[in-house]
Amino acid sequence: MNSTELLLLAPIITLSGVILIIMMTIAFARNLALTCGAAAVGLLLTLCSIVWVNVNMEAGFATPLMIIDTYGLMFSALIVSGAFFICLIAYSYSVQHGEKQDEFYLLLLLATLGGMTLAYSAHFAMFILGLELLGVSLYAMISYPVRGLFSLESALKYLILSGVSSAIILFGIALLYAALGTMAFVELASTVVAIDSQPENGSDHLFILVGIGMMIAGIGFKLSLVPFHMWTPDVYEGAPAPVTAFLATISKGAIFAVLMRFFMTVDAYQYATIIDGLFWIALASILFGNLLALMQSSIKRMLAYSSIAQLGYLMVAFIAASAAGGKQLAIEASAFFLVAYFITTIGAFGVVTIMSPGNDEHDNDALENYEGLFWSRPLLAGFFSAMMLSLAGIPLTAGFIGKFYIIAAGVEGELWILLLAVVIGSGIGLFYYLRVIYTMTKQSISTEITVPLTGGWAMAAVTLSLLVLGVYPTPVIEWVSQMALSIL
Amino acid sequence: MTIIMVMLVLFFGGIVAWLAQAWNEDWPRYVSIGTCAIAGLLLLPLFINTPEVTLSLAGTPSTWIEVVQYEWIPRFGISFLFALDGLSLIMVSLTVFLGFVAVISSWDEVPQRSGFFQFNLLWTLAGVVGVFTSLDLFLFFFFWEVMLIPMYLLIAIWGHENKAYASMKFFLFTQISGLLMLISILALVLTHQQQSGEITFNYFELLGHNLPLELAYWLMWGFFIAFVVKLPGFPFHPWLPDAHTQAPTAASVLLAGILLKTGAYGLIRFTVPLFPEAGLEIANFAMTLGAVSIIYGALMAFSQSDFKRLVAYSSVSHMGFVLVGIYAWNEIALQGAVMQMVAHGFSTAALFMTAGALQHRLHTRDMRQMGGLWHDMPRMGAIALFFIVASLGMPGLGNFVGEFLVLLGAFKVNVIVTVMAALGLITGAIYSLIAMQQVFLGERKPNRDLKDFGGREIAAMVPMMIGLIWLGVYPQTLLDIVDPVLSSLHAFTTNNPDLWIGSTP
Repeated sequence: MNSTELLLLAPIITLSGVILIIMMTIAFARNLALTCGAAAVGLLLTLCSIVWVNVNMEAGFATPLMIIDTYGLMFSALIVSGAFFICLIAYSYSVQHGEKQDEFYLLLLLATLGGMTLAYSAHFAMFILGLELLGVSLYAMISYPVRGLFSLESALKYLILSGVSSAIILFGIALLYAALGTMAFVELASTVVAIDSQPENGSDHLFILVGIGMMIAGIGFKLSLVPFHMWTPDVYEGAPAPVTAFLATISKGAIFAVLMRFFMTVDAYQYATIIDGLFWIALASILFGNLLALMQSSIKRMLAYSSIAQLGYLMVAFIAASAAGGKQLAIEASAFFLVAYFITTIGAFGVVTIMSPGNDEHDNDALENYEGLFWSRPLLAGFFSAMMLSLAGIPLTAGFIGKFYIIAAGVEGELWILLLAVVIGSGIGLFYYLRVIYTMTKQSISTEITVPLTGGWAMAAVTLSLLVLGVYPTPVIEWVSQMALSIL
Repeated sequence: MTIIMVMLVLFFGGIVAWLAQAWNEDWPRYVSIGTCAIAGLLLLPLFINTPEVTLSLAGTPSTWIEVVQYEWIPRFGISFLFALDGLSLIMVSLTVFLGFVAVISSWDEVPQRSGFFQFNLLWTLAGVVGVFTSLDLFLFFFFWEVMLIPMYLLIAIWGHENKAYASMKFFLFTQISGLLMLISILALVLTHQQQSGEITFNYFELLGHNLPLELAYWLMWGFFIAFVVKLPGFPFHPWLPDAHTQAPTAASVLLAGILLKTGAYGLIRFTVPLFPEAGLEIANFAMTLGAVSIIYGALMAFSQSDFKRLVAYSSVSHMGFVLVGIYAWNEIALQGAVMQMVAHGFSTAALFMTAGALQHRLHTRDMRQMGGLWHDMPRMGAIALFFIVASLGMPGLGNFVGEFLVLLGAFKVNVIVTVMAALGLITGAIYSLIAMQQVFLGERKPNRDLKDFGGREIAAMVPMMIGLIWLGVYPQTLLDIVDPVLSSLHAFTTNNPDLWIGSTP
């Protein structure tokens, strides 16, 4: 390892340093405000280092395990910014949920570190390392508030199912390794070509297909795509709202980043079987996600199913990359959609967080508790409405540009059936998104909620970025198109 | 710049109205009236002098009064491209004027949260102005969707007993059909990119672009369905009676008066010129849909006992004429269609305002519980009679001219459809007169103390009455403004000699 590689790794080193410092301060003095502040500042520093690396350094490998390019930097910037806002939103929540909350921020930073390494990983070893760093931190985060069995139950559910899915991914990797003899993405690409050009290597070919298939099954679990979605509503409901936000955004975004990098580098798009499988997964996710979201009365469960549908839309862009010449637009579309999805989901769960002050076993996520919010807390209701409209893909919000991008990628890839599913899914989606807004406009007196300072400002910033992105998306579009160029 | 100014005035007026509520519950409506007045004043100069803009459809003289373009999303060749010609100018003016009427019609109707109400009202207007003036397809779609949200909120918050259902239905129909249009827009743009190498959403560049006929046919359906849902044409109309009936008066006025016209405008501006050949293929089908809408709307109107629902179904019937006129696609029929759009905007807005006034006074829309109201409210009765007679197509008033021109133009193209459509004039007379009789004539019911139309309502009604008489007696004023646009669009689509000219079934 030389100094260039060290500089390239600056974001990871910065974040690791912050984690160590916070660990030391907690050991000496427990002060929640200090810990949360240090975590937020640390995340900002990491963001600065990411920008610095992107501006000043040439893209390159830092050890054979990681590649630091615009693609990875952009995704890690997204992850770190998401973690920053979750950190701010979580503050008042952890103040109200008992003592000894400091380690929560430590776990949050560790999980973020795991997400970042995923975004950079160019090797299966790094992939598994990041996956487990993220996963193990999340088990603890889900069960962190000591408030009865509810959170514990969902943490256990997540632990077992996530463990199984990691095992399946590992099995897939083993099969690929057996067939190809390497675990680095770039070398995989060249050996895949060599094997596919020789028809007599039938069994190796099968190994590759099954290996990629098992990886998709495991990753599908982490992304909660149908039919691997069963855990999602229960875990979302049981986890504390800020952790749900983390689970829904950062964990999924990071894993999607590595999936896309793998498919692009190895060109797994060439296997029609894989694409067919993805097609059905996307179709089922869009339709089932939306249909099941329709029947929920808990906002967290509704958002869980809606996130399944949203990831289904994302997969449309992912599949569109299989079309010749459609890769650039497809990567851009996925990245932009993810940016919009991050903002929207963090915003939505942020409102649920603010709405759940007491130390109850459940978060305050029953739809009827939001009645009349428009008149008692107009600003908070306005934030939530903006998030719902963004999820529904209505203009003036980032979600609209995201959906526009998805449809553009789908048209470019000529995925007419999936596009029809997107249209039908959006139609169904309107029902439950608008129902939330409608409930908030009802004339009734809702319970008084005090909006905490940090959470309130963080929500204002999230909503503002949602609107700015919806009205003037040009800068972000430029970033994502540079990012797409860097991986093609 | 006028277009952008008008939109900004409406946008900021909405915000000011909302904020004004904090000081006084009465202020928002004054802010609204002021905003509409300013927007109207801004538009006036455009009628008087016509700035030179050298931008024209291929091979036709320029008809544009004003064109503004700023870069927005260069990655996709999307820009803020607003352009105004005679057709847009008429529609924008109608929008601002009916905004005025809408504010007046809801003067006493909104006891609570009047600030947010006026905010939504003005933002709807701003969105509609955007629809009528944007000529970048992305921008157009943007406004197409933007105008939905405030309208949804108007119905969902201030609507009547069944508002949740009605507002949801309204939103769903428009949104789903809108997404189909978005797919069509993107497919059109990306095909254009593959052929010319340049990605653009600019209307002028996409126009006259040679698509394979089969593709054009499919893409056209996306536009057609989106616009016909809004119009609304026969099988796509179910949202309309519910939305109109449940909406507060001001929203009904806006819905019937201008939101329906965005569909017709879209057909004239986008669907036919972008896909002329495919448009020809379905011309007879579309005209038949129009004729069916006319008769179906009339029959349904006839069987209603709810006054607002009756007016809503009569809208389906009247907008059927517009559909017939557009797809007859000759100059006379197009003039008729635009005339009908404006005249229907006035007459239906006035009828909805009357319906709202009745509901405000009687707390019912059921015509069986009315009757004899002329004795209680002679001014309202006389005004209602005027607009009912206008909407049934009495010669001398604007609606007649519109319907007559449509029939005249359509006769050259498709006789059977024209005959069917002409039946609408008779059925129209039946349901309109029955409504008049049930509501205002007949025995006076005792013990009713009702307030007649006051100066404010009359001030809103009289300009519309004058407008309808003017259109009926001297339609040339309107035709002079829109005819250059229509003939240029017509000439553009008929540059190909196989198309349209004297197209016969």
